[in-house]
Amino acid sequence: MKIAIPADENTLESEVCMSFGRAPYFYIHDTETQTGEFVENKAAMASGGAGIKAAQIVLDSTAEALITPRCGENAADVFKAAKVKIYKSVIGSIQNNIDNFNDEKLDALDHFHAGFHGGN
Amino acid sequence: MKIAVLSGKGGTGKTLVSVNLASVSKHSVYVDCDVEEPNGHLFFKPTELKKEKVSIKIPLVDEDLCIGCRKCVDFCKFNALAAVLDKLIVFEEVCHACGGCILLCPTNALTEKDKAIGEIQKGVSDQVKVISGILNTGEESGVPIIKQLLKDINDESNPVFIDCPPGSACIAMESIRDADYCILVAEPTIFGLHNFKMVYELVKIFNKPHGVVINKCFDDENENLIEKYCNEQAIKVLSKIYFESELGKLNSNAEIASRKSEKYKLMFTSLLQTVIEEVPHETVTHS
Repeated sequence: MKIAIPADENTLESEVCMSFGRAPYFYIHDTETQTGEFVENKAAMASGGAGIKAAQIVLDSTAEALITPRCGENAADVFKAAKVKIYKSVIGSIQNNIDNFNDEKLDALDHFHAGFHGGN
Repeated sequence: MKIAVLSGKGGTGKTLVSVNLASVSKHSVYVDCDVEEPNGHLFFKPTELKKEKVSIKIPLVDEDLCIGCRKCVDFCKFNALAAVLDKLIVFEEVCHACGGCILLCPTNALTEKDKAIGEIQKGVSDQVKVISGILNTGEESGVPIIKQLLKDINDESNPVFIDCPPGSACIAMESIRDADYCILVAEPTIFGLHNFKMVYELVKIFNKPHGVVINKCFDDENENLIEKYCNEQAIKVLSKIYFESELGKLNSNAEIASRKSEKYKLMFTSLLQTVIEEVPHETVTHS
């Protein structure tokens, strides 16, 4: 199965990005082959609805799980409908989080924040 | 005559100026376009309130007709749509009701549905007709309410004072669209000057005649940042309002200063007179 992780930079040593919707990249990891690739998050610069668009990008990568420090309500609604599981990331690199996932050490993320809606 | 009162940042005194100008103008209309946090009604305490809902048209999906082509998802600039397992999810709060998805849908799976986003309240306070727009919490855009507010006052023969939303975003643009004159309220701080420049740019782009009210001035200040900038740019300063605890107290008790004090009545009457002289007789409209 594939898992997605928001990343600050496109290397496995990169920190997990603190924002889901506005992360510059997503790392899409395949647990079967233990390989993966970085995809650009085209939602990062969206003026609104970034979480929804970012969730769509993750779904379209066929990921079935997401590892993230936090996630907004709208994106969470998309993942819920798509039955994508959301895990809370731990402090450290992308690789560190993949290792934790492989060892089944990650907890489910069950708290979702409301959107930060701009005045436009 | 439609006079819009705007400012780059909140809390500079838009409501103070617009409420008091409407009050000293006798027969007038006060329109609160600051639909995200309308507060003019707190001062006017209007009676004979009439309320009407404002709705927008949002897409409704017929799942049997949707073929999951995602044309609508790719089109939506506001990212209000998501395609999940061949089903379409509509995020109603994010939708700006542009109607594009409905036009694009090749199978007519999307139709229009009314969604209430807020309301307009109309009442009376002495000789002032008070109209307020109120956007429901969580809604993305107040523009449809402002459009309705301004449509309602299109045929007014009495002077109209439009209390605009702060800033220079869409909702501020919409609020000044039909104005004959713009009063820019600014406070003489570095932050105040920065934000003042943004609304000054806006009224220039819209080609609106304008003047400035500098609020929260000090008697003994060496240099007033807004006044200095206005002098450099040859922008008309209509009046300066000084920091006074009497005015502050009246205002924070939600009293209309010009109705409570002869001094402030004179002050705002004089400002109104200055504004009327500035308003060009030929009306500029951008509708």
